[in-house]
This record gives sequence, C-alpha cells and structure tokens, in this order.
Amino acid sequence: MDPGIRVQELNAWFGGTQALHDIGLEIPSRQVTAIIGPSGCGKSTFVRCLNRMHETLPNATVKGKVTISGLDIYGKGVSPVTVRRRIGMVFQKPNPFPTMSIYDNVAAGLKLNGFSNRRQLDEVVQRSLEGAALWDEVKDIMKKKSGASLSGGQQQRLCIARALAIEPEIMLMDEPASALDPISTSKIEDLIFQLKQQFTIVIVTHNMQQAARVADLTGFFLMGKLIELDKTEKMFTNPSDKRTEDYITGRFG
Amino acid sequence: MRAQIKLPVKQDSAPAGAESPSSNGTGAAADKPLSLVPAAFKIKFQTKNNAFADGTFRTLVILCALSVMVIVGLIAFELVRQSHLSMAKFGFKFLSTSIWDPVAENFGALPAIYGTLVSSLLALVLAVPLSLGTALFITEICPRRLRGILSLLVELLAAIPSVIYGLWGIFFLAPLLRTEGQPFLARYFGWTGLFEGPKYGIGMLAAGIILAIMILPIITSISREVMLAVPRQQREAALALGATRWEVLRIAVLRNARAGIFGAIILGLGRAIGETMAVTMVIGNRPEIARSLFAPGYTLASMIANEFSEATSDMHLSALVEVGLVLFAITLIVNAIAQFMIWSITRGMPARNIA
Ligand SMILES: Nc1ncnc2c1ncn2[C@@H]1O[C@H](COP(=O)(O)OP(=O)(O)O)[C@@H](O)[C@H]1O
Ligand SMILES: [Mg+2]
Repeated sequence: MDPGIRVQELNAWFGGTQALHDIGLEIPSRQVTAIIGPSGCGKSTFVRCLNRMHETLPNATVKGKVTISGLDIYGKGVSPVTVRRRIGMVFQKPNPFPTMSIYDNVAAGLKLNGFSNRRQLDEVVQRSLEGAALWDEVKDIMKKKSGASLSGGQQQRLCIARALAIEPEIMLMDEPASALDPISTSKIEDLIFQLKQQFTIVIVTHNMQQAARVADLTGFFLMGKLIELDKTEKMFTNPSDKRTEDYITGRFG
Repeated sequence: MRAQIKLPVKQDSAPAGAESPSSNGTGAAADKPLSLVPAAFKIKFQTKNNAFADGTFRTLVILCALSVMVIVGLIAFELVRQSHLSMAKFGFKFLSTSIWDPVAENFGALPAIYGTLVSSLLALVLAVPLSLGTALFITEICPRRLRGILSLLVELLAAIPSVIYGLWGIFFLAPLLRTEGQPFLARYFGWTGLFEGPKYGIGMLAAGIILAIMILPIITSISREVMLAVPRQQREAALALGATRWEVLRIAVLRNARAGIFGAIILGLGRAIGETMAVTMVIGNRPEIARSLFAPGYTLASMIANEFSEATSDMHLSALVEVGLVLFAITLIVNAIAQFMIWSITRGMPARNIA
C-alpha cells in the first residue's frame, strides 16, 4: 500500500501571489490520480510541490506537509535532492538532454547516483526503455543518436524511460501528452495504464477525456483550491460540487 | 479494462448562429462601414510597386555583403603584393627559420609565430577558467540584482585601451614578476625549466597575463550568453532527476552550452593572436625561441608594430608585410572556426520558451 502521498495544508506562493490554498488530500498507491482544472488553477504548481521542484523557481515558496512513506518531505533536514531522486517527473514539453545519446539520457539519473557498472547499466537502460515502450524503436540507434533526434512522442517516452531508470516509487506527469499527436498520446496513455502496476502516478491534464480514460481518481482544482477528489467515475457522472459539474460539462474553463 | 465513461455534455439548445448578431449589438448599424482602417492603408494584392521595392532592397543587401568580401579580398591582395620580394627570396623557409637579421637582410618568422602562439595559448590557459567561473557565477549563483552590475564591470574591462594595459604591465606587472613571481616559480617549479633566466620581468609570461586580462571580457560575456540561452526545461530535467546544484551546471548548463563556450574561447584566442600594443610593450621584443617563459620574445603583431617605422630596406619592409600576411591568415582561420562553432549551436538550439 505504501507509498501513497498524503498532503496536508499545502500552500504555495510565487513571490507575493498565492498559487495554492490549503490543499489537503490523499493519493493512494499504485493507482492513477488525475488532476484536472482550468489553466492557471495551480495544477502544475501542485505536482511540483510533491517533489520539491516548486521551490527551485525564483521567489517560489511552500508551506505545509507532504508525507511519503511516513516521511514529511518538507520536514527539517530533508534534502530536496534525495526527495527528487525517489520521485520521477515528466514534463509537458519533452526535455531530453540534446547533447546526450539516447542511452546516456536514460542512464543520466543513475550516473548521478554514482552508478557505473557497465553491464548493469545496460540492463537498467534496456528495462527502462522497454518499460517506456521505446526499446524496439531505438535499440539499434540508442548509442549513436542524440535524444533530440527522436520524434516528439518518442522524446516523451524517452523522458519517461529516464524517469523510470532511477526506479522511483512515484511518477509525476505534468500534461505529458498535451504537446503530442493523437497516436503518441494514446501510446502514452497505454503506458500509464501499465505503469500503475508498479508506481503511484499523478497526472495533470486539462483534457477531461484523458482523465476519464486513465485515472482511478480525479481531483478538480479551481483557482488554487482543491474543489473535490473522488473516484473518476463519480467525478464525471455525479460530482458532489456544483463547480465540478460546471467545469466538466463545459460551462467554463 | 478501461472505464467507458460518457461525459454528460449539456449543450445549449439555442443554435450557435442565433446568438452572434445580438452579442455584437450592431444589428441596427449594419449599413455603416464596419472597418476602421482607411482605404489607403488596406492591404492589397501584390503590385508591381512592391516587387520593385523588394528587388531594390535585395540588391542593396547583396551589395553590402559583397563589399565586406571585397574589403577582405583587397587586404589579402595588398599583403601578397607588398610581400612578393620576401616571398620570392625566402619561400616557405620564411615560416621555418629563426634568423631575423635586418642588417644581413635575412628573415625567418618562426620566433614570432612561436611567440604569437605561445603567448596566446598562455593567455587562454589563464583566462578560460577565470572567464568560465565568472560566467557561471553571473548566470547561476549571484543574485539577480548584481547580475547587471557584474556584467557591466566585466564589459568595462573590454573598454580599456590596449595601451593602458601595456603601461600597467610595465609599471605594475613586470616589477611584480621580477621581484615576486619569478623567484617563487623558479623555487617551486624550477625543475620544469620554464621559469629560468635573468629577471627582466617583461617577457612571454607578462604578455600572456596581459592578454589573459584582455580576452577575459569576450570569453566571459559570450559564455554567459550561451549559458543563459540554455532553456529552463533542461535545468528542470536535471533537477527532477535529483541533480545537485553543481550537477545541474554540469549536465544541463555546461553540457548544452559547450559548443558556444568553445566558440567563445576561439574568439578570445583570435583576439589574443591579433593584439598588438600591450604585447609590444611587455613582451621584450627579441626574435628568439626560448624555453623559459620569463625570456623576452616576439609576436607577429608586435614585430610589425615595433619595426615598421624603422624599416628602411625594401627587403625588410617586404618581410614585415609577409609577417602581416601570416598573421592575417592565422586570425582568419581561427575566427572562421569560432564563427562556425557558434553557428553550429545556434542552429540546432531547442526552442527557448519557458513553459
Ligand atoms: N513562474 C511563475 N511565476 C509567477 N507566477 C506563476 C509562475 N508559474 C505559474 N504562476 C502562476 O501560478 C498560478 C498557477 O499556475 P500553474 O500551476 O502553472 O497552473 P496550471 O498548471 O493549472 O495551468 C497561475 O496563476 C500562474 O499565473
Ligand atoms: Mg500547467
């Protein structure tokens, strides 16, 4: 069951403007939790608070409690670097390292951890690329071609492989398919479906159909507040809050 | 396995078209002209006029580009023409012999070529770590408010005239090297043989240090630019993998900027090779190849600057022009490499928007 994520009284700011207000929720393990909401409502800010990425932006601050495996990641003495090493993150825009080969992209996280055994590295890279459904497409070119030479959809799967390689317990995805074509999108969605066997997945999307397709739970954010979080089916058929209903029926946003 | 959930999309019953006229509120004023743009400014289909303007502009731009090439060509032509006397007499031996004797009219430029290369490389060895450190500090570490001030200070170094550096070299650097630098280096690194000889102060090392200070601004400011151009997403990619601050610099910033940094270094090298005044003042101006960095030397540029006004014989003049030709060729090649390096990164650069 562990590690799920428990968030309590989470607030986040950009300088003087508050982007998240008193968020409290529980994200169950080995399930897909989708975060939906109109753009600017704080979805990205929220997931970036789950692996301490938010505070890397200038003037950005966080207050609150985020507990993973019993550890408050904002607790005293917790190093953000070690938090990020246990949590994988995939961004909206594919961001492979263009000066590294495909292989080195996948191995980058492990090399940071001082992992250098060539044979084991080969194994992890293969398993990660297989996990990201990219192995067959790149196995012959992965040592020669740059990460940037792939198509957008392949680059995004490469980024997923790169995140998988460090064997995280949690995978955060911020609109991972919004820059991709429909075929690549459906590949990514299939992938999410498989990955949830092993990982706790939090996926931000502004595409409600996507949330409906991949998520077990869906949370709806509005203006920096969590309006409600419930079983996806319930959220889309019979939401408790009027604002959720307005949003998913297309009245605003 | 997947939940098939139908979204209860409630559609407004009113047809979309019915709403638009009322929302405009201009139903009654339909006879008035809707456009606010006077007819004269409306975009028309292409006319002959337009094509003519395009053509003129095109020609003009081509002429500008051509004039640059013509100027370079004229310089090269003149250098070759004026140096034919020396070329005819010494041939390629001009590049490989070490005798520079105006009295006997025997000229070989090797010591000057050697001096140019060694003083420039020395300058790079000293300036590159300093510049990269400064650039990294400006882009990554120092507070935003200080960035501008620090960059300005660095650029100010570039504005100081060369002759001032020369004076500073003579009155400050050379005495310091004589009394402190050489004794220290000779004591601890004397075994290398690089720091032997009489204590003049001026010499190859003094020239290298002055050159290093002079090329510091260009290397710093260009590498700062390419480091700033590395998209935020690259840093985030590294951060999300659990990279420490230094690791982010290494795998996201420096790695992505490396071609541009290399270009900056080569550009600095080009400047060091061509620098004349300050070097002439501190290098000692002796056409010899010595192992010691404290021995006086010569560079191509300082040789021309130093001897041109005193050269009386045609052969001496011609040899000096040929020295200029060699210098011209070296700087041209080095700069071409630098431009190519810079071009090759800016071309393949990922988009710089910050999501
Ligand atoms: N780098 C930033 N600096 C200042 N404000 C920001 C920054 N990024 C986002 N914001 C603000 O924070 C709020 C939440 O943004 P975000 O979490 O990116 O929303 P979403 O991902 O739901 O579109 C928005 O009002 C946005 O304007
Ligand atoms: Mg977002």
